[in-house]
Amino acid sequence: MPDPTVIPPFALSLDGAEGAVREGLAKAMACLKPLGLSVEDAGTVELVLAEALNNVVEHALAATKESTTIEIRGHQTAFGLRLTVIDRGAPMPTGTAPVSKAPNIDVAFDDLPEGGFGWFMIHSLATEVHYARVGQSNLLCLQLPVGV
Amino acid sequence: MELTSSKEPGLHIITVQEQRIDASVALAFKDRMRNATEGGEETVLLDLNHVNFIDSSGLGAIVAAMKSLGPARKLVLAGLTPTVDKVFRLTRMDSVFGVFPTVEAALADFGS
Repeated sequence: MPDPTVIPPFALSLDGAEGAVREGLAKAMACLKPLGLSVEDAGTVELVLAEALNNVVEHALAATKESTTIEIRGHQTAFGLRLTVIDRGAPMPTGTAPVSKAPNIDVAFDDLPEGGFGWFMIHSLATEVHYARVGQSNLLCLQLPVGV
Repeated sequence: MELTSSKEPGLHIITVQEQRIDASVALAFKDRMRNATEGGEETVLLDLNHVNFIDSSGLGAIVAAMKSLGPARKLVLAGLTPTVDKVFRLTRMDSVFGVFPTVEAALADFGS
């Protein structure tokens, strides 16, 4: 059987800071370029990865004083694209990836939600979301239904 | 975070001159929106046609901008590119805002 994968496994890193997320996303999307993803699928990947990276810099690394990096690893599988985001910040408080329902928008004007969408978007767009604490690292594995 | 502004009868058009509204510019976006809309009464049309990416922080900033206008003053959106549209549909926020395909369509609807 011919190998269906188009891109070799890749790994890249970015500074663990809010200001580095854009560049990290750009690097990751550049690695995926040979897949020729549709605008729709590229949007799915970039949104999930953006929310995952934002969570790391805003929560896991919030109390980290020294400079640290976030690693993104990716490879193609028969089911799509598998991405792993690795950081050395604080563990997920619940020990598992938060399962988030969509914030309620059927509320009074003043109560309309301005946040709480991140995990909901990750779970909505990814086919698999798995968190593990390994040693001093957080691993978030994401399966995305693109590039198959 | 650059916003440009123009006025039509009953409608204040604000165009975002950036490709992204994400976590790194969400606060600046909220500030610029408040400055641009302060003191007016007309409906605000936010033209997002140059924006090809928003994350959840960007979405939150747009909701915050709407809330800062108060319940009596509307914020409507135009020019949603595919990924921006995806975020609004996924979170059902497209049902909270009036959404128009283009600025022209919004202008026609507002009768100016």
